[in-house]
Amino acid sequence: MVTQTETPTRLTLRELAKKPDRLTSGHRMCPGCAAPLVVKQVLMAIDEPVVVVCATGCLEVATTIFPQTAWNVPFIHNAFENAAATASGVEAAYRSLVRQGKIEDDNTRIVVFGGDGSSYDIGLQSLSGAMERGHRLLYVCYDNNAYMNTGIQRSSATPVGANTTTSPVGKVQAGKKGARKDLTAIMAAHGIPYVAQASPHNWRDLMQKVRKATAIDGPSFINVLASCNRGWRHDPADTIEIQRLGVDSCLWPLYEVEDGVYRVTYRPKVKVPVSDYLASQGRFGHLLQPANQYIIEALQADVDRRWERLLRMAGEV
Amino acid sequence: MPEPKGWKELPIGGIIDSPGSARDLETGAWRARRPIVDKDKCTSCLQCWMFCPDMAVVVQADKMRGFDLYHCKGCGICAKICPADAIAMVAEAEAGTEGEGG
Amino acid sequence: MSDFRALDGNQAVAEAMRQINPDVVAAYPITPQTEAVQVFSQFVADGEVDTEFVTVESEHSAMSACVGAGAAGARVMTCTSSAGLALMWEITYIAASMRLPMVMMVANRALSGPINIHCDHADSMGTRDNGWIQIYSENPQEAYDNMIQAVRIAEHADVTLPVMVMQDGFITSHSVERVEVFDDAAVSGFVGPYAANFQLLGASRPLTFGALDFYDYYFEHKRQQVEAFSHATEAVLEVAADFNCRFGRDYGLFQAYRLDDAEVAVVVLSSTAGTAKVVVDDLRAQGIRAGLLKPRVFRPFPAAEIVRALSHVKAIAVMDRSTSFGSMMGAGPLFLETAAAFHVLGRAPQIPMVGYVFGLGGRDISPPDLEGVYHDLLAVADSGDVGDPLRYLGVRG
Repeated sequence: MVTQTETPTRLTLRELAKKPDRLTSGHRMCPGCAAPLVVKQVLMAIDEPVVVVCATGCLEVATTIFPQTAWNVPFIHNAFENAAATASGVEAAYRSLVRQGKIEDDNTRIVVFGGDGSSYDIGLQSLSGAMERGHRLLYVCYDNNAYMNTGIQRSSATPVGANTTTSPVGKVQAGKKGARKDLTAIMAAHGIPYVAQASPHNWRDLMQKVRKATAIDGPSFINVLASCNRGWRHDPADTIEIQRLGVDSCLWPLYEVEDGVYRVTYRPKVKVPVSDYLASQGRFGHLLQPANQYIIEALQADVDRRWERLLRMAGEV
Repeated sequence: MPEPKGWKELPIGGIIDSPGSARDLETGAWRARRPIVDKDKCTSCLQCWMFCPDMAVVVQADKMRGFDLYHCKGCGICAKICPADAIAMVAEAEAGTEGEGG
Repeated sequence: MSDFRALDGNQAVAEAMRQINPDVVAAYPITPQTEAVQVFSQFVADGEVDTEFVTVESEHSAMSACVGAGAAGARVMTCTSSAGLALMWEITYIAASMRLPMVMMVANRALSGPINIHCDHADSMGTRDNGWIQIYSENPQEAYDNMIQAVRIAEHADVTLPVMVMQDGFITSHSVERVEVFDDAAVSGFVGPYAANFQLLGASRPLTFGALDFYDYYFEHKRQQVEAFSHATEAVLEVAADFNCRFGRDYGLFQAYRLDDAEVAVVVLSSTAGTAKVVVDDLRAQGIRAGLLKPRVFRPFPAAEIVRALSHVKAIAVMDRSTSFGSMMGAGPLFLETAAAFHVLGRAPQIPMVGYVFGLGGRDISPPDLEGVYHDLLAVADSGDVGDPLRYLGVRG
């Protein structure tokens, strides 16, 4: 298969602003939602033609209400738990049709979008299968920490203590019990050529990762923190700042694993206490009560432990 | 909005064959407040353009020209992140026609 | 020039797939379909097909990958049985709604629970409302012939629907028979090249597949699917006529065996019809005017044609190798659809019809069992009294 474009668009805002919108205005995502920022940045980073495969969720539902579509690229939604399997089929068709000379090889890149619901939980099997089989595709998880489209129910990506509609704060419970799954680590454990974490507030880091990923003739996975101002309970205007707090508190480190080699791509100058991140969102409001202080302490200890471990794996301690 | 088509006129398979047709939707009608840019302060750094989730910042010839008010939902991200403090969010009720034609 | 080979149903289907040479196959093994996928895998490994073969990690992913590949513009095939079909149920409905013309062999096997690997029709009957054309094969030759015709039926311009081709699990899938295998070029000439109506790859304009419908459009999209079925019967016959022309075997919506002058008739699908034909011949030798109607196409249900073919008969037995729990009398789908057909399209006086449920979980059905059915029918025809309207064959207790 032919590799990357010879002269990719320079990653400057001026040059990128000349590209046509691949996701258009007129979509029905909430004001301030980070998910369309993720999609916009991912698709903007890629100069080659793309086919987008999308799982059921906010993104799919709000961008394709018949008869309107906000997609200016070929797009398919199949069901909730099978975006990766569907994309495997698209990729197999591409390989087959190109090999048989039935279509031209125009370097089409297959990009899959799924929320944490469809990636960590109901679709984990199909994601794992696709990664193991080695299809050339980039899977992007937009992680908003819960099943947001159906009304903010907990997922295995929901952080400990978060208030969701199925792990609510009540008389005998202070939000979600137990730590969240580390899907990025699970993907790295599959031994695929490229795995990374990103955040749309740091668009250049995100786009560089997308370019690395799509240059590989094989599977890649990027987990992107994407705030949901409805579910996280914050002013939509604060989206970017909250993304930054998530990263600067080291709760969502920006790193990559390239052929098993770990690299931290951004180190905060000042490591912000986790409580600053928690205090910025209503879903953690109850944790600020003295009785729940122990949850914040446990979370801080967990974040610190994982951050130190990441630095060690990246050979940076 | 035109009348919905009957089953004989629709493309089969639930397919939408008009890419980007969402542009017809006036998501700007959702707004409670709108962004107003002070062109004297604006340096056309284009960060507002990058961080707008609705692709509603208009950029032409490297310059920030204004907002696509047909689509802008008034989330306020642009005003919050503008490094030059050039954008203010104004309540729709008070805005009049300010910022239109951007 | 044809070749005559000793093949079981799975091998025959795999051979048809090799000759059709689909662009993509995504499949997962399950008894009793497994061998078909294994044989096909060897073709892939030996470079005998151009197929990109996706060894998915579940049947749900198999059908999902088939949908992705079909939407991308590829010609797609797969196989499954039983729990595999049940697992992909959700996605088969979607494949049909997206009007993707793929072909899937189903080696009929009972549904869990209890877990059972043997033949009955619960699996394919469970998907009868999902929007796929459904064709049943009596033996390995029919399985082979039907797979080839299915591609043309699915891709027919007035249809564009996915097609399921059934064969009885173990009974047909694992039984070696003498199968006529056509010349490779003749088969590829018959199916022809595939040109998708709409596709993700290499299209002139980017398309969106799988959009969300609110209550303002869903009904219209479903109505379109119904319309496609109204053309499917004609398409099946058109393809069958061409098949007969090129390969000299005549298929229709059903097979009528010694039915024209029959006084009593049995309606039954698949391999049991083969046993029934032997029984019909024996009874005829005794002077009994027995006949058989073996439906080939279950979806679209050839209601008018079946009613017409049976209108002269004095008593009918409709035999189901599955049951629809909680239905009227616990009758199976074939009985229920045939009874409905007669109610709507039949003429007075009503012909007595007896339902039979048999063979669940692979329970064997023998010539004496079927002889018993015909003798039941003779008694019904004589007295004009149906007696027990739903009977079980071979269940103990």
